[in-house]
Amino acid sequence: MRYFTDEHEWIDVEGDVATVGITDYAQGQLGDIVFVELPAVGSAVEKGKDAAVVESVKAASDVYAPITGEVTETNGALEEDPALVNSAPEGEGWFFKMTIADAGQLEGLMDEAAYKDFVAGL
Amino acid sequence: MTDHDTAEDQLEDLPLDALPLDAWHRARGARMVPFAGYEMPIQYAGPFGGIVAEHKWTREQAGLFDVSHMGQLHITGEGAEAALEAVLPIDLATLKHGNPRYSLLLDENGGVLDDLMVTRWNDGFYLVVNGATKWDDIAHLREHLPDEVTISHMDEHALLALQGPKAFAALDRLVIGDTPLGALTFMKGATFTFTHTGTDAWVSRSGYTGEDGFEISLPADAAAEVADLLCAEPEVKPIGLGARDSLRLEAGLPLYGHDMSPETSPIEAGLIFGINKRRRTEGGFPGAERIIREINEGTQRKWVGLRIEGRLPAREGAEVFSGSDHIGTVTSGGFSPSLGAPIAMAYVASTHAAPGTALEVEVRGKRLAAIVSPTPFVPHRYYRGS
Repeated sequence: MRYFTDEHEWIDVEGDVATVGITDYAQGQLGDIVFVELPAVGSAVEKGKDAAVVESVKAASDVYAPITGEVTETNGALEEDPALVNSAPEGEGWFFKMTIADAGQLEGLMDEAAYKDFVAGL
Repeated sequence: MTDHDTAEDQLEDLPLDALPLDAWHRARGARMVPFAGYEMPIQYAGPFGGIVAEHKWTREQAGLFDVSHMGQLHITGEGAEAALEAVLPIDLATLKHGNPRYSLLLDENGGVLDDLMVTRWNDGFYLVVNGATKWDDIAHLREHLPDEVTISHMDEHALLALQGPKAFAALDRLVIGDTPLGALTFMKGATFTFTHTGTDAWVSRSGYTGEDGFEISLPADAAAEVADLLCAEPEVKPIGLGARDSLRLEAGLPLYGHDMSPETSPIEAGLIFGINKRRRTEGGFPGAERIIREINEGTQRKWVGLRIEGRLPAREGAEVFSGSDHIGTVTSGGFSPSLGAPIAMAYVASTHAAPGTALEVEVRGKRLAAIVSPTPFVPHRYYRGS
């Protein structure tokens, strides 16, 4: 099941592991991405707080943790090829995997249809 | 996901004005952002759109920039020449008709109020000033120029820039003038007419990308049809503000409000060429005492280029260190599409300003290795004659 935040992050939940990235809409707004700063594996992230930074040619943008948990893995491919976030934002361009501290936090997020409507209204 | 604020985003919350080409930009899928009080295109949609693609297109072909937000002023009246020399450190006796020259609007302490281009016209002088500062500039000039001197704000005029190695080939097909377009070398200007539309335009061979190219001043109501004509040429695509910034950074060209301000002197900024030779000894312009002293004695800090190791860009405001000593601050920085690496400009202590000096820049608590680098980062390719 994939959920979306109003800050344009997505979170894909499989069992007790969640994968986080930014949406296609987000990468389009950012433009050409040249660097992604990922959280350290083992670090704790908190819902709504800074978890990663995306650097485009123009600006640095914060990426927030959609839920609270611990980072278990980061996408090493982004180090070599940060443009994966532009070409495959909702696939190979994922940012990090994390544990789910409180599954209840997922309930406040949007599903794909709701996010689509949200973006259409921007 | 939230963009970090940048200075221009914070500039003002006033209602934004539309540029003459507003609809033209939107029809080409431009993403419009607030800049200098206007909604301006930061980048365009399509396969050649986006900052990196637009940047590279300009370096290889020709890019069309709408810079109509800039202030175009016409200064006329008896005594205009002497009056301008009293407010600018320029030597107008050596400025021939039609040639633009870089100059600086300075405050009484030699701080930079704006940078501008001054061109001698038959009936006075044509000034191009920055968009964000134009209202303050007009007020400053009105206060300091005598009543006999008239300042006309040419707000019925648009300003386009056509930049890149193919700019000449594209423009040459479209205009006719008293002399061939090819007679214009870097920093010369003349009137040309777009033959298809009959539009008269003031054209100078100048720009802000480091490439060969032209700046074209024309009536605002003809801007869209001329922009269409230019973009119908195979070499030309519209380019947004985003690439304009990355291009000028690679060219080592300063951006007012970021790389210089009332808090910086032109000598610190390496803009001594903006203080014309006669004025360096004669003075008689605002801030002359400090500026002449700095020319003779040097400055505590200097504006330098930095090449940064790795891929993480250091942006405006990042602090610069030599070991544990804080020795400077980044004023402009980003990722260079041409070099595939981060570059920046910074004020650093003059003791650490020599090319090759190893420094560090702090970004989000991390120290990045940086080397003081000669500028431009990408060589200028101005056309100075064959």
